[in-house]
Amino acid sequence: MREGSDVVRFQNVGMRYEMRREILHDVSLRLKAGSFHLLTGESGAGKSSLLRLMYLGRRPSRGLITLFGHDIATTPRRELPALRRRVGVIFQDFRLVDHLSAMENVALPLRVAGASEQQIQKHVPELLRWVGLEEHINSRPSILSGGQKQRVAIARAVIARPQLLLADEPTGNVDNKIAARLMHLLEELNKIGTTIIVATHNQALVSAFSYPRLHLEDGELSALAPIGQQGANTPNQAPTEKNKAPAREAGSNSDYIGGAS
Amino acid sequence: MIKSAAVLPLSRDASSRFLPWLIAFMVWLATLALAAVMVLSAAGEQWRRGLTGSVTVQIVPTGGAGSPSMQRRVEMALSVLRASPQVVSAAPIPADKVAALLEPWIGTAALSDSLKLPIPSLIDVTLAISTNGTAPDTNSLGKRIAAEIPGATLDNHGRWLDRLLSLACAIEIIAFAVLGLISLAAMATIIFATRTGLAIHHDVIEILHLMGAQDDYVARQFEFNALWLGLKGGATGVVIAMATLLALGSIAGKIEAGLLPPISMAPAQWVALVSVGAATVVICLVTARITVLRTLGRMP
Repeated sequence: MREGSDVVRFQNVGMRYEMRREILHDVSLRLKAGSFHLLTGESGAGKSSLLRLMYLGRRPSRGLITLFGHDIATTPRRELPALRRRVGVIFQDFRLVDHLSAMENVALPLRVAGASEQQIQKHVPELLRWVGLEEHINSRPSILSGGQKQRVAIARAVIARPQLLLADEPTGNVDNKIAARLMHLLEELNKIGTTIIVATHNQALVSAFSYPRLHLEDGELSALAPIGQQGANTPNQAPTEKNKAPAREAGSNSDYIGGAS
Repeated sequence: MIKSAAVLPLSRDASSRFLPWLIAFMVWLATLALAAVMVLSAAGEQWRRGLTGSVTVQIVPTGGAGSPSMQRRVEMALSVLRASPQVVSAAPIPADKVAALLEPWIGTAALSDSLKLPIPSLIDVTLAISTNGTAPDTNSLGKRIAAEIPGATLDNHGRWLDRLLSLACAIEIIAFAVLGLISLAAMATIIFATRTGLAIHHDVIEILHLMGAQDDYVARQFEFNALWLGLKGGATGVVIAMATLLALGSIAGKIEAGLLPPISMAPAQWVALVSVGAATVVICLVTARITVLRTLGRMP
């Protein structure tokens, strides 16, 4: 993917679960390659649902989604796995496979991509060392602490070098120190070109890291400038009406939000 | 070293413990059903071959008032038969042989000199078989025998052979139906077990799916499991069925009943019976694959 081109594009996307009320309404956004965004909003605002659409865990009820230039609605089903392999996901509840060791969990994306055993044996221990889990390579998730599980989940999400990394409340189960460390880790990945979206409702984190924000409220998306550039928000304060811009007013081309700033 | 087959721990599922026994039971039944088809088919052919082209003329002792003696009537029948172009040979069956045939039904006492029950005379007739293997029509010959020789009748065995062959055919159809039903039952069992496995491991399958695993990758794991379970169940079922057939063959060999079909089979037939186990493995494999692919096809 060329620097600056769209990794994700949503046009008037709506989503509902079964016949319930719509959880996302008319979401339009455009994320450029190499960008870093924070996805904020209260619990139940639709952050996880928005990410789920991005990692192709659900189909939208309406609207257009384009991932790496592919219109999801018209892409043949057999080609979707290749797109999913370009997306790494850190789930809020980690979703590690309990009966597999840390090493085996991290190896899964490589294995499903058909990597050789030699590649797996070379890269997985290396990455686990990088996240500081060299002593827990053969440990199962059940005996790992919350922070250790999270690092396994991160290693699993990045092992296949995804172009888009989605983190759903990655700091929800760890203290602020580990949360900051995790964010620095994600920044490192962003520096090598990975497009990153971190969904969080941790205001301290939002304040500490000055990145453009996508804010969801009652299923409606709006673009917010980084907190450091507004001077209006305090770390634990929710975005105010003053600094909150509707989606169609925030983007450079008036229709979409996001993109490398 | 990581084994990819361990990603889904299907071998630890409860179904993996009972399924081989269920498959073994079905293979056992299917193998016996197929063996029954083979034995009855061979027996029917044997009966047909043995009786087509042969008829029996029976002359009862009482030919009516003023009728010629039994000896004379036998000679008259032989001359009529030998003159017919449909007959290749005609020979009277000796009285002691006829007595031996009747002994199981009327006992030895009835044939003793003290009772001296009148027994019929029998003539064994061999008919000329046409090149296409069909026997000639014996209706006119039978009418002539009955008209010219008092107390004589011609029996072409057709009536009881037809009934016997109809019975054998009905049993064959039932055995084939049993085979079909067992195949359907095996498929239903595998579908149920596979769906249970898909439900149990739904979370892991979903993770694999989101990581970009092709449906084929997940299906292969279920296929390997089904292959292994099918092999265990199939082999067990075939071995038990073979033992059952050998035991039945041994028991049947000890019964001196002429109508009981022989339970011995040709090597090719034994191979066909073993192939029931192999066919079951294929059914398990294909059913598991189709079930998984259909279920995964419903995922986004």
